[in-house]
Amino acid sequence: MYIANNYVRAKSLEEAWELNQKKNNKIVAGNCWTRLGHGNIGTIISLKDLGLDKIESDKEQIKIGAMVSLREIENNKEILESFGNCVQKAVESIVGVQFRNLATVGGSVWGRFGFSDVLTVFLALGAKVELFKKGIVGIEEFIEMDYDRDVLVSIILPKKGLKASYDSVRLTKTDFPMLNCCVARNGEKMRVVIGAKPTKARFFDCDFNEESDKIVEQFVFGSNLRATEKYRKSVAKVLIERNRRAVM
Amino acid sequence: MVVSFKLNGIKREAIVEADTTLYKLLRELGCYSVKCGCETTNCGLCTVIVNNKSVLSCAVLALDVDGAEIETLEGLESEALEFGLCMADEGSEQCGFCNTGFIVNVVMMMRELDEIDRESVKKYLAGNLCRCTGYQGQLRALEKFIERKRGIKI
Amino acid sequence: MKYVNTSIRKKDAIQLVTGQPVYTEDIAPKNCLVVKLLKSPYANAIIKSIDTSIAEKVPGVVKIVTYKDVSQKRFTLAGQTYPEASPCDRLLLDKHLRYVGDNVAIVAGENEKAVLKALKLIKVEYEVLTPILDPKEAKDNEILIHPEESWFAQCPVGADNKRNLVASGCDEDGDVDRIMSECDVVIERTYKTKAVQQAMMETFRTYTEMDNYGRLKVVSSTQIPFHVRRIVANALGIEKSKVRVVKPRIGGGFGAKQSAISEIYPAIITYLTGRPAMIIFTREESQTISSPRHAMEVTVKIGADKDGRIRVCDMYALSNSGAYGEHGPTTVGLTGHKSMALYSKMEAFRFKYDVVYTNVMSAGAYRGYGATQGIFALESCIDELAEILKIDPIKLRFQNMTREGMLMPAYYGETANACALDRCLEKAKEMSNWDKYYPAKDMGNGKIRAMGAALAMQSSSISNIDIGGMTLKLGDGGFYNMIVGCTDMGTGCDTILAQMVADILDTEIDNISTFGVDTDVSPYDSGSYASSTTYLTGRAAIKCANLMREKIVEVGSGILEKEASECEFDGKFVFESENVENKVSLADIVTKAQSSPVGQLMVTVSEQSTVSPPPFMAGVVEIELDKETGVVEIINFSACVDCGTVINPNLARVQAEGGIVQGIGMALSEDVVYSKEGRDYSNSFMEYKIPSRLDMGEISVEFESSYEPTGPFGAKSIGEIVINTPSPAICNAIYNAVGVRIRELPATPVKIVEGILEKENM
Repeated sequence: MYIANNYVRAKSLEEAWELNQKKNNKIVAGNCWTRLGHGNIGTIISLKDLGLDKIESDKEQIKIGAMVSLREIENNKEILESFGNCVQKAVESIVGVQFRNLATVGGSVWGRFGFSDVLTVFLALGAKVELFKKGIVGIEEFIEMDYDRDVLVSIILPKKGLKASYDSVRLTKTDFPMLNCCVARNGEKMRVVIGAKPTKARFFDCDFNEESDKIVEQFVFGSNLRATEKYRKSVAKVLIERNRRAVM
Repeated sequence: MVVSFKLNGIKREAIVEADTTLYKLLRELGCYSVKCGCETTNCGLCTVIVNNKSVLSCAVLALDVDGAEIETLEGLESEALEFGLCMADEGSEQCGFCNTGFIVNVVMMMRELDEIDRESVKKYLAGNLCRCTGYQGQLRALEKFIERKRGIKI
Repeated sequence: MKYVNTSIRKKDAIQLVTGQPVYTEDIAPKNCLVVKLLKSPYANAIIKSIDTSIAEKVPGVVKIVTYKDVSQKRFTLAGQTYPEASPCDRLLLDKHLRYVGDNVAIVAGENEKAVLKALKLIKVEYEVLTPILDPKEAKDNEILIHPEESWFAQCPVGADNKRNLVASGCDEDGDVDRIMSECDVVIERTYKTKAVQQAMMETFRTYTEMDNYGRLKVVSSTQIPFHVRRIVANALGIEKSKVRVVKPRIGGGFGAKQSAISEIYPAIITYLTGRPAMIIFTREESQTISSPRHAMEVTVKIGADKDGRIRVCDMYALSNSGAYGEHGPTTVGLTGHKSMALYSKMEAFRFKYDVVYTNVMSAGAYRGYGATQGIFALESCIDELAEILKIDPIKLRFQNMTREGMLMPAYYGETANACALDRCLEKAKEMSNWDKYYPAKDMGNGKIRAMGAALAMQSSSISNIDIGGMTLKLGDGGFYNMIVGCTDMGTGCDTILAQMVADILDTEIDNISTFGVDTDVSPYDSGSYASSTTYLTGRAAIKCANLMREKIVEVGSGILEKEASECEFDGKFVFESENVENKVSLADIVTKAQSSPVGQLMVTVSEQSTVSPPPFMAGVVEIELDKETGVVEIINFSACVDCGTVINPNLARVQAEGGIVQGIGMALSEDVVYSKEGRDYSNSFMEYKIPSRLDMGEISVEFESSYEPTGPFGAKSIGEIVINTPSPAICNAIYNAVGVRIRELPATPVKIVEGILEKENM
């Protein structure tokens, strides 16, 4: 656990942003990942009082506040109705219920972690990321951005009538994925996202009938403690095909 | 900094530092049932209920629970004891060190899940690790407890 | 019998399930100094200089200890009976650092933040040396892990610090080479197991304080209070009479706490400052500076005839003891003896071994000790042999297994006086879907169901070494104090011993108060390890309770003015056999005794065994393997155990289930991985994956009891054997599913898929 000197509950996004401009300060949301650090934090910035813990849905989109927990998106009826169970499947293996009650959507996306399950499914669903200063950007753009000092406000899932399926392989059922994959179908087109390669998720847009081998070639795989490049490459094809079958 | 909250139904105030975790605070307040097993949010030993949700108290900042209602095993009394006795009847309490966080999460599961079956029970409790029992004895205790409470066999 | 063979609740159950403060940290004084360790960043280094002056100035820092402040006589942290078989190769702090994590300094302070700050401000200059990380390179390497002259070994185990040897030797019986040359089939394979962690939920922890008489009181989560007393005295260079060790409730041990991992650090702080001090190991410390299983490479060579007769076995084990030698010489013995003795019809066996020092974390004791490693190797190899012989692996086992009454040459020449191994295998097979799915069945969805089996054995206490002890005191009104020195670590031994005593004394279980452990109060007991408690302390319990009965009858008959031989005791009254109305109550006996020169009725018994009767077990696993992803699901694990008489079926069952799931973890996901510089990557539950409740399928356990003539009520042990069958059974099932033989644990999806790909390319 890190050492922190101060704690402020921001009264407005503006205040949170101001505080966050200081390099030593840090926005702490669920504290699940941040707590693993051993460094020093000047001021912990809490977004708890900013009402970012809501999921709002209209005809066009679902807007998920940055402080919404993973457990809430797992159980949210609107998300289930609009996208099937792919979001649920993507988060239900993450550690346990107690963890998912803490870990936030904002923290999960902001981290742009290689092992992220959330990023994989949101990339496939064509999510947008609302940042306080920069405004709304596509998640495709967001994952390529450097870590700056903006504030993540919400994630927007456009309702485009996608059919999506998510799958992953894990050493134990609640471990990080050795590889994950989400396929979202839009008519005759599809988007394939592969994460935990072990580097962060990337996507590939193609025809629904594209050959799996060709899709796999679009991704770069590597080795780490959890799995080898060879394994990931082999299983990537399997997960693509399984997901594709699920959205036939 | 001052934080105030309800702990097991009683209003409490405490002076904490910015980085004090809820786990540490609860032990300082005498809730010795709350245990720590891993420091990486993997084990579930430090499970407590905050605003009717089970959370890992080792990852919660004490200042984040300002105004919240917190429940630990100390405050769950009969709700928890009934299941605890089911564990004792199976010998599945074993070393006991993971029991408290586990029992708290079982209580929360009973509050949260309207429909319950073997698979959903296992999934809900997956974040509670145990090294002694191999989980099977805990499952037997759950079978008996759920049958008693809900009249169904899982 | 009223209590033996019944599933009564554990005596501490209510305290545990209601979250009472019963563990070390819960009962520690509030004003304990916080104790933390500065650790070596290098796998092999010498401290050239160490400067603590700035760190000492941090407000709140009370004491910093370095190698300059400690006794220079070497000792071992292994909890073993003196003289320990493990070499004396440790100092409390050493100038020579032998693995990443080895302790450089001890810092104590008023609060955690001050101590953490001070740790960062200690200036150390290291001379970095080349480490040995591969055990195969250790023996006779010119780099010496323990070059120091002060190193010494107390027992003739083949230890030699000038050759990096913790132990070395060979045991054999019969003419191995000749018989091997006569066999129709000879198979030789090498298997590897990892340094898996016990991962008990309560990490290592100890607090120390000076008691009312100025003695050092050590309160610790330990399996070995009496050994800790000696180890702490040795480490501090003080008299054993100055040390008192107390064991409260323990949050799991599994062997980890059979070494004194955490005790010596707060002890020296309290000794030097007079103040209470406490160390709580973080999970990271519990994973990286602890006492995991000895990683081994075991080569098995079996000779058999075409008809399936296994005639000879030749084994070699290379065991990695790491930086220090704790339990190195003793674990390896089990690797050969407690595997090959499963097949006692063999005409000859040989077991050679080297236990080496390397620059990784020191190994220690973990449930199963070395047997787990040996059984993984042998039971995998038996299946490999069965395939060559084209014999069903279960049939092959039935044909060759040890049966009741057989002499077991590989097991120290003991006879299997109680052995239901054949019934265990029959039962486990029957419990499982063996006939439905063996060897494998394609389920048509990319998944394959497959079966695998394995046998196991262990021991019950260390013969001629271990001591089990019990004191019984009769108290006012007729209740008993049962005082033990063995250490209930959640297993329930305090309860099962009380069950035995209650039956012999014809009393209620609640009429027996259990107490353990305080070395000032408890009778000597070598501790709870080596599967000794039920069997050996159980034997002490029987003797002790019978002696208490005699005393009660003696005093009671005196009151009745009769000879003891004319009277009987029914638990409540001593009465005249011929005239049952002439009786005196137990309460009155106590009153009378305690107001007369007779005094308190008290018995203490120490018990040792000349034999170590092995429990036996068969495990059968049904897996579902996803052949495209290599993911293995455990569907069912069916196990049948012969632990002799089952004293408490609930507790025995939970022991078995718990051990099986630890074994499943070892088989499928638990791995200890080092960087090429010797840094342990598996330093948290995030990286070291023990099974969750979603990873174990369903476990079914049954018992086929033999009756051990030397055991209490016919009992043998159960605590350790239960971890031994999953690894070989699961790897055998994986082979049956996809034809990939996993010879190095864990059997990960990566290894399985790469194995499949390799086969396809052949």
